[in-house]
Amino acid sequence: MVNVSAVHAASALDPATIRPDFPILRQRVHGKPLVYLDNAATTQKPQSVLDRLVQYYAEENANVHRGVHTLSERATEAYERARETRRRFLNAAASREIVFVRGTTEGINLVAQTYGRANVGRGDEIVISTMEHHSNIVPWQILCEEKDARLRIIPITDSGEMRLDEFERLLSDRTRLVSVVHVSNALGTINPVEEIVRIAHARSIPVLVDGAQAVAHMKVDVQSLGCDFYAFSGHKMLGPMGIGGLYGKTSLLETMPPYQAGGDMISSVTFERTLYNVVPHKFEAGTPNVAGAVGLAAAIDYLTAIGADRIEAHERELLAYGTEMLSRVPGLRLTGTAAEKAGILSFVLDGVHPHDIGTILDREGVAIRTGHHCCQPLMQRLGVPATARASFALYNTRDEVDALARALLKVREVFA
Amino acid sequence: MSSDLEELYQEVILDHNKRPRNFRAIENGRKAEGYNPLCGDRLTVYLRLADGVIADASFQGAGCAISKASASLMTDSMKGKTLAEAEALFERFHQMITAPPEAPSEDLGKLSVLSGVRRFPIRVKCAALAWHAFRAAIDARDEVISTE
Repeated sequence: MVNVSAVHAASALDPATIRPDFPILRQRVHGKPLVYLDNAATTQKPQSVLDRLVQYYAEENANVHRGVHTLSERATEAYERARETRRRFLNAAASREIVFVRGTTEGINLVAQTYGRANVGRGDEIVISTMEHHSNIVPWQILCEEKDARLRIIPITDSGEMRLDEFERLLSDRTRLVSVVHVSNALGTINPVEEIVRIAHARSIPVLVDGAQAVAHMKVDVQSLGCDFYAFSGHKMLGPMGIGGLYGKTSLLETMPPYQAGGDMISSVTFERTLYNVVPHKFEAGTPNVAGAVGLAAAIDYLTAIGADRIEAHERELLAYGTEMLSRVPGLRLTGTAAEKAGILSFVLDGVHPHDIGTILDREGVAIRTGHHCCQPLMQRLGVPATARASFALYNTRDEVDALARALLKVREVFA
Repeated sequence: MSSDLEELYQEVILDHNKRPRNFRAIENGRKAEGYNPLCGDRLTVYLRLADGVIADASFQGAGCAISKASASLMTDSMKGKTLAEAEALFERFHQMITAPPEAPSEDLGKLSVLSGVRRFPIRVKCAALAWHAFRAAIDARDEVISTE
């Protein structure tokens, strides 16, 4: 099934060898070759993922579980195998620890609405950080409002690193959960999740990690991280939109009430009483996104065949090169200069609003994101209304970094 | 630079971005805030009415070149207009920036420099932001006006 054009086990990743696998990258935008640097928003999909979606609907489509006919068995098999693929990818202890959700946002909401509602009460506290995406802020605000609980915020340094000393001080016997981002979508900071978990676990406080920006770019091993929950999105790791996963330790998942109610999450229903299904099915009401799940498994196969180490090394090299090239653009200032960073370059340009940068870059074929990146509290902390952000993936090249730098000089010309 | 980009970022727009006119608050006047959730930009538009005429108009805030230039040009053109004339100008400006790119565009004097925004649908909201805030300031609703 895996169709990687060139796999060289230990050698450096040459993006030229894998770019043909991504049909969308062949196009031109405004007459210029597309330079896609908006990977933190969503990644492009290799042909093997597209083929897998077609194959599923052409040959296997049926509703999963409880069907006795051949197609239903085939669909169920593919769906549960996709769960096992994900378990292996994250090195979870058992496949029942992987719950299928729409994406990171739903994963976090699931924990807030089940674990949170069952364990957070009046006067309790939930700890998040300044650099969280709105999707790791608002679900907790809603919970805190409902339960009369309190949200505590880990401060960050000017370079965009979490203040672990302050974090430790924030924890109390009222803290019920810590929820932090693995890699910041707006800054690129890689947070020291293992240490955060160690500090929280010393007080028996569970930790949820928002892994949306991490999974496609580095090796993630939930057992070595030690976290209790890990949420991620398929579309940010070469997979289809609308499918993602929530990892949760069995011991926690089993004590949690169900999320949504409906089919598949029950084991028996009478009008008097309903018995819930076992985990993970207890959290998967309704017909699931089977095509999405098998498509994401194909994406994981693709990433695995290339190797997380090679992807990480390639993107680190692009980050170093990009940091150097952008620092040569007059008046450009990087926001987010943590020592440990993933392939994200967030920046502002003197006298030019990020929105204007984005429009001019687009006409040069360069796709970046501009705005607050769904991190308004972080933007307030940094004292900027918005930033421009270029984010890398495995298929990006040094030439594309050059195209970005050239386009930024054009912006400088227009706004001279 | 491509021609539609040149049309969008004309000298006049870049000049108003760099040196916005009427960039100040008006004490004891009416005001309203315009907010674009797409980019987080916020502009406050102020105005002072005297005998049904807009005696003074100004704005403050942070925004992209298009939203700042639009606010700057708008406050200049609104001064001295009656409320009915201001409403008519709002309508004509709105038509100009939302018309199909190939449609002939009406001459709105200095404001015509913003007609290039038609070729950038995602940026129409930037040009419209101050205008919506202006309309809200006339109604003196003390609330944030969103472009969404």
